[in-house]
Amino acid sequence: MVTSRAYMTNGRLGEGLEQVRAEVARLMSGFIANGAQTVEPAALLPADILIDLYGEDLRARAYTTHDPVAGELMLRPDFTVPVVQMHMANGALAARYAYAGSVWRRQEQGSERPNEYLQAGFELFDGHDPAADDAEVFAVMATVLGDLPVAPITGDLGLVIDAIEALDTNAHRKAALRRHVWRPARFERLLQRYARPPTFSAERAQLLGAVRDGSILEFVEKSGAAQGIRTVEEIVARAEVLAAEKATPPLSKAAVALVSGVLDLKCTMAEAARGLRKIAPMLSAAATQLEARTEALSNAGIDVSSLPFEASYGRKTLEYYDGFVFGFRAVARPDLPQIAQGGRYDALTRVLGNGKGIPAVGGIIRPEALLALKGDTP
Amino acid sequence: MSILKLGLPSKGRLQEQTIDWFAARGVIIERTGSGREYAGRVLGFEDIELVLLSAGEIPKELATGRIDLGVTGQDLVYEKIPGWKGKVVELAAMGFGQADLILAVPVNWLDVENIDDLDAVAAAFRAKHGFRLRIATKYHNLVREFLQGHGVADYQLVDSQGATEGVVKNLTAEAIADITSSGETLRANHLKTLHDGLILRSQATLYAGLDVCKHVGKKAILVQMLDTLGLAIPSELSR
Repeated sequence: MVTSRAYMTNGRLGEGLEQVRAEVARLMSGFIANGAQTVEPAALLPADILIDLYGEDLRARAYTTHDPVAGELMLRPDFTVPVVQMHMANGALAARYAYAGSVWRRQEQGSERPNEYLQAGFELFDGHDPAADDAEVFAVMATVLGDLPVAPITGDLGLVIDAIEALDTNAHRKAALRRHVWRPARFERLLQRYARPPTFSAERAQLLGAVRDGSILEFVEKSGAAQGIRTVEEIVARAEVLAAEKATPPLSKAAVALVSGVLDLKCTMAEAARGLRKIAPMLSAAATQLEARTEALSNAGIDVSSLPFEASYGRKTLEYYDGFVFGFRAVARPDLPQIAQGGRYDALTRVLGNGKGIPAVGGIIRPEALLALKGDTP
Repeated sequence: MSILKLGLPSKGRLQEQTIDWFAARGVIIERTGSGREYAGRVLGFEDIELVLLSAGEIPKELATGRIDLGVTGQDLVYEKIPGWKGKVVELAAMGFGQADLILAVPVNWLDVENIDDLDAVAAAFRAKHGFRLRIATKYHNLVREFLQGHGVADYQLVDSQGATEGVVKNLTAEAIADITSSGETLRANHLKTLHDGLILRSQATLYAGLDVCKHVGKKAILVQMLDTLGLAIPSELSR
């Protein structure tokens, strides 16, 4: 229907539209009351920076168009990246932002999900008290959602990153695992591979032999015409990494159990720090952070004894959350997406700020999904 | 009177083999007019209209229902019709036009045998060169889906509509994903396939648009033709 929009059959005309506008305004004023200034990023964004950040997979999820002058452009798939860019361009001091507008996502054939929907969001840039900032963003979202029948959930993708860092293995393996935190299947395969003695093809054994006897450069040069911009030196360097890898002892069962244990940690927010200390005593800094966050949430009026915590929650979403994450799900409406979600993305600000980052945490609400839920709730 | 439109490749070896395939099963397709004229007919089936098209156009024409049946490669259907199962059905794999869509890298990449290696090299390449490892292809959807399924990161696809094997030498990509039948062109261009880099094994296939049986007249013609060919009506069409 021409008047329908995401999750609403009549939201583009008359009363339906008024309802959408009023809801967006209500959310925005909630964010502004919390000290946010409003921002309005462009709807058409340069594709290169988004692709560079999210990878080729984004092309399957975002709309791309081509401009003869500006080159490849994308219809805004989310607000976080342009908001971070604006913030970084402005000198990267502490700030809070509020925004609302459409995002566009390509959907698979047969999918019921909308390809255009509204987001209203709140982003907080500050580094002084991360725990308080996490709690503030969560509490702002909880407050504007009021007494709607939504179930919150929290997580922390920083824990698995910390667990990888604590492994007794080489830097190369740690980097490889960290790189695939957001791709669970590949992560699991890597972890299993590192846990058993390596096996090699005959060709690979020859290559490693050439590293061992110092003839590797010659061996690679003899193998075929060098072509392309990946140099013989890069090939030799990777062969050396492979040789070092061969000499690295497999991860112990305890190490694998540590990573899996952290990923599987499920309890309430109130129990999270204690649970982490129990399965991973060496992650005491992370546990202390969890305690600080739990206390900050409690101070913000959140009941942490009933707030669920799952360490790997949010792992399959866009790969920029690297700390606290949260979501609010409509319990009685499994057909709706999460009504609100968000998290911490410190590393993203470093990437977009060319190494100069500022700790950041934020969240979005889907106003149309929220209204659809309100419509069910007398 | 109803007309069933059958799309065939407009020229070349694929067309010859298609005509032979039908002939071997008792359906004679005749080219009419001069050899260069894109026209023909199916003997004994006055109500089948032959449409000669480039094999690359046939998937789209099938998906939109402008033709009812068509012969083309599975690679083209899977690449060009997102969610193809909801739009077309395979009536018969025809046993020719075999082509494998594969991932290939330079032969002197002795450190790369499989997708795990490619993924690791992509990370190192990006760190060193400041951009994602480029894979040239014209099969963007198939290749992206395959690499995403394997959890490969730090790559980008660059478009190459022809002579893809030459891109590495021309410095426009580091690896390729392309169709090969014998592998000769790959070898001549100093490329090798990855052990687990087979993305798709494709062959020429007779397809029907899913809507063809919604039309009683068309269905009758299709049933008659499939009967002559010795093929059953697939369940997707009889629903």
